[in-house]
This record gives sequence, structure tokens and C-alpha cells, in this order.
Amino acid sequence: MSFPWAKEYKPTSAVGQWMDERLPLPRFIFNALGPGYPTPKNLNAFYNFGVLAGVALVIQIITGVVLAMHYAPNVAIAFDSVEHIMRDVNGGWMIRYMHAVGASFFFGVVYIHIFRGLYYGSYKPPREMIWMLGLVIFLLMMATAFMGYVLVWGQMSFWGAQVITGLFSALPVVGTSIQTWLLGGFSPDNATLNRFFSLHYLLPFVIFGVIVLHVWALHIPGSNNPTGIDVKSEADTVPFHPYYTAKDFVGLGIYLIVFSAFVFFMPNSLGEPDNYIPANPLSTPAHIVPEWYFWPFYAILRAFTTDFLGVPAKLWGVIAMFASILLLFLLPWLDTSPVRSNNYRPLSRILFWVFVVVALLLGVCGGKPAEEPWVRLSQVLTAYYFAHFLIILPIVSKLEKTKALPGSISEAVLAKYGKGGGAAPVAQPAE
Amino acid sequence: MASEARQATADDLTPGGERRRDFLYVATAAFAGAGVVPVAWSLVNQMNPSADVLALASIDLDLSAVQEGQAIKASWRGKPVFARHLTAAEIAEAKKVDAASLRDPQTLADRTKPGNEQWLITLGVCTHLGCVPLGAAEGEVRGDFGGYFCPCHGSHYDTAARIRKGPAPKNLEVPPYQFKSPTSVTIG
Repeated sequence: MSFPWAKEYKPTSAVGQWMDERLPLPRFIFNALGPGYPTPKNLNAFYNFGVLAGVALVIQIITGVVLAMHYAPNVAIAFDSVEHIMRDVNGGWMIRYMHAVGASFFFGVVYIHIFRGLYYGSYKPPREMIWMLGLVIFLLMMATAFMGYVLVWGQMSFWGAQVITGLFSALPVVGTSIQTWLLGGFSPDNATLNRFFSLHYLLPFVIFGVIVLHVWALHIPGSNNPTGIDVKSEADTVPFHPYYTAKDFVGLGIYLIVFSAFVFFMPNSLGEPDNYIPANPLSTPAHIVPEWYFWPFYAILRAFTTDFLGVPAKLWGVIAMFASILLLFLLPWLDTSPVRSNNYRPLSRILFWVFVVVALLLGVCGGKPAEEPWVRLSQVLTAYYFAHFLIILPIVSKLEKTKALPGSISEAVLAKYGKGGGAAPVAQPAE
Repeated sequence: MASEARQATADDLTPGGERRRDFLYVATAAFAGAGVVPVAWSLVNQMNPSADVLALASIDLDLSAVQEGQAIKASWRGKPVFARHLTAAEIAEAKKVDAASLRDPQTLADRTKPGNEQWLITLGVCTHLGCVPLGAAEGEVRGDFGGYFCPCHGSHYDTAARIRKGPAPKNLEVPPYQFKSPTSVTIG
């Protein structure tokens, strides 16, 4: 679906005509990313990050497929085969660094993409399905990244696998059997490495499939925008091509410059040096930490140190960690405010930034050893994390007095840039 | 010539009020289900430990060289095993504690073999998230209770390897083992 004023695809050549009648792929692209897709004209740079995430996935798939040509998923030689890639394979060091840094960057852009959605209320009706599919992508990314990290078979790979599969052993009764089943043994070993390799190769394509659904769902209502109000007329939109294709290419250029700076000048700055020590099942590193993009969740996992309500501390940690993400599926129903964008929600806007700080601090705690003051701080922040979604947001969204919304996107744009013709914003009931 | 009589079809009702087609549906679904379930199970079960992994399930350990106060590490099922030769002081320390007051109430006797209570044989796997606790090798930190200390999330184990402080829910697991002679054991 699209807006009634969307341009219609008209094949310009006989070949195009022939194709359109048999497999209308050009028509599909025209309507999805081309002039046939009218898009709100006020999208800011934060709306680049969806496309950047897509590019990041493509980079991961391409570099990953190439790495798989040289990597050996066997505990005896896995670590050495990674070093073989680094030292012997032609340009292998660059491809591996692109893949390793690429994983960090993928999470980086996805986090910005998620927070952009939170700020502008992009999870609110009618876009709940887009939001939930995005969370599914996020969960798949986490699983994929974790299994990919294990493939290196360094110390952090091995002990990461031990700790993460150990999470499942917290489940009552069946926990240990599930852990053994996941590992294919009693500790991470060859069976584990092989299955993780298989799944690490598979899941990116599953992610790709869910992204297709995510974008399909997006194209039903069309993009949200910084005002959060619906598109009212053709004056509120511009065709996706050339306007946003051009804008996305600018964003992509900047992204690739920063990405290259990391790949070529500080490729290991985002990783853990311990993973350059081959895996040793008989010696635990002094301080096990996941990669930075898991730190906030790792902090929540470790925040539970005492048993309460008859549930062991370990199980609480596991429940809280999974709940911290699953909770986000309920967000469209927890935040009931009819106003989408935080630009028009003064209180919620402050709370958004408080939440950003809390999330960042949780990240800091997750990267530190399990010692004071980090444990106590993690506990306070974890409590706030859940309170934000379960208590604060539902109450604020009911009580908050929101600012007057502009009459249309055009009106907001003209008011902001002071060009003549724009009437003053008129108070208008929310959609 | 041609008979005007209608052929009976699968959609005709039987005297019992059912269609023959209903039977066909149910039979097809049941037959497909009977085929799908075992195939699905074998796809799930292939991920369980394979025969060669299970075959490595027992090891022999020679304790003759382990002096009082020392411990050795071995590998069993890919997991570290600690065999500690407790000193008299450590045994006394372990017995002094009221087992009922512990998170995972067990006495030293529960965790050793009768007549061999100086041999504390446990898995070197923290019951929190599976790290290897410190304390088995010479000079390693042994925690606030003089047994083992897990550096990952700060679990302290006492001289009977019982959890005393930190997030771990259980004592270090005692694997199944038998003494073959006074100085050698079979684990598994």
C-alpha cells in the first residue's frame, strides 16, 4: 500500500514492458525504494540507521561467507585456522577485522536505530508489528553474534560459551539436560563448535528473512517521522528516490569512513585481548566479560546475588536478563500516550534521556568485574530499567500534559525553518 | 443405458452422521503425525552427546603423590576435577560448621567416602555459571573460607567445597567415584 499520490511505475522500454508482465521486479523496487514510495519529508539523520543496519548485515554475510572458506570448525585447529586467516590468507586480516569490527558496528547502528524508535514513538500504533519484528531481529543478532564469537575458540570464546549455556542450567529440573543438549557434551567441545558454526552460518539468512518482513510491515503505514504525526497530504512527503536514496548514501559514506578507521587503525579496540589466548578448559580467565554490546544485559544477569521468593539468585538473573528484552515486546501497550514523538512529550522526553543514561551505565557495570561498587550500582540500575517500562512509563503516559501538535508535517517544517506561509502550530487532538 | 444412479462419494454421510472424507482426513493426519514425530525427535536428539563423548565417561586417578594440603586437577568429561588431600585443620574446620545453616546443607561426611574423609574429590566447576574456581593449584586464592574461590562472580567455597558466600546456588558437585586402592580412585 502507499499513499494515493504515489507515482505509478511505467516501463519505459519494450524490455521493461515485457519484464513487467512476467516478473514485475522493477515495479516492486520502484514502489519500495523508488519514486513510488512517498516518505515524510522531515526525516532526520537518525532515520539513516535502518539502512545502515541493513548494510552492516550485508557486510557481515559477505565477509563471513569468505571467512568460512578458510576457517576450520574443529577444536584442535579452530584457533590456529583463525590465525592462519590473519597471517597466511591473502588479505585475510582485513576480511576478519571487517567481520569482527562489523559485528560491533552492526550492534552500534541497531542500538541507535532502536533508541530512535523509542524517542519518536515508532513502536506505537499502527507500527507495533514493525517494532516486534525488529526485536526478533535483535534477538537473532544476539544469538548469531554469541555463536560467532565462540568460533574463534579463544579463552573468552570458550568461557563465554560455558557461561551462556550455563544460563539454561538455571532452569529447574530440565536445566542441566538442556545445557548438555545445547553443548552436545558436558562442557563446550567439538560438538559445540560444529553446531555453532552451522547455526552461525544459518542465522544471518534468517535475519535477512525477518528484515524483509520488517520492511514489508514498514511499508504498510510508511515511516514515522520526528513529529510523530501522520502524513496528511502530498505536501508532507517526498518520493523516496532520489531524496532518501541520496540522503542514505551520504549517511553510508560517513558510516564507512568511521568503520574503515576502526578496521584499519584500531581493529582490536572493541574486542577482549584474552580471546587471543587459545581456549583452555582447565583455566578460567580472571574476569569473564562478553563483547561490549552485551554488557547491559550481562550487568542485569549479575545484579541478582541473593535468593528471594524461593527462587535462586542464579535463576532470577537469567529470568531478568531475558525479561529485559522480552518486556520490550509489550512496550506498545505499556506506553498508552496518543502522542508519538517525545518532541511533544516534555516529561517523557526527560525520562527517555534518563533511560539512555541508565542503559549506558548498565553497560559500564557489565564490563566491570563483579565487585563493589559495580554490583550495587547494577542492582539499582536494573531496578530502574524495569521500573521505567512497568511503572514510570505507563503512569506518565496517562498523566502527562503533552504539547500542542502541529497541524501537519509541512506546517512543522515551515514553522521550524521560518519560511513564509506556515501558520502557527494549531492545537490538535492526537491521532 | 448409463445408469442414472449416483455413485457414492466420500462426502456422503454414513448412517453414523460422518462423512467418509472425515475418516480420510483423520487417518492422513494421524499417519503423517506418526511419521513427523520420530523424524523431529531424531533431529532434536542428534544434538545430545554422541557415543564417543559418552564413552570417555570414566577416568582413573592416582593420589599417591598428593601430600596433605595439596590438590590435583584432572579432566573428566571435559570438566576439571579437583582432588584435595585435606589437612587435619581443614577437616576440623569443615566439621565445626552447622550444616543446617548452609545454603546447600551437607556435612563433610556427605561429601567424602567413609574412612577416606581426607580426600575431597569434587568437580572444579562453579555451580553458578560454570567457571573453574581457584584454589586447587599452589598459591592460588582460596577465598574467605579457605577452600575454593570463583573469580568470575565471586563465589567462596569452604574446606569441604561448600558454597558459603556469593551467587552460586550449590556446593561444588561431588562426582560418582570409588576407591580402587587406598591411593587410587575411578571417577565416573
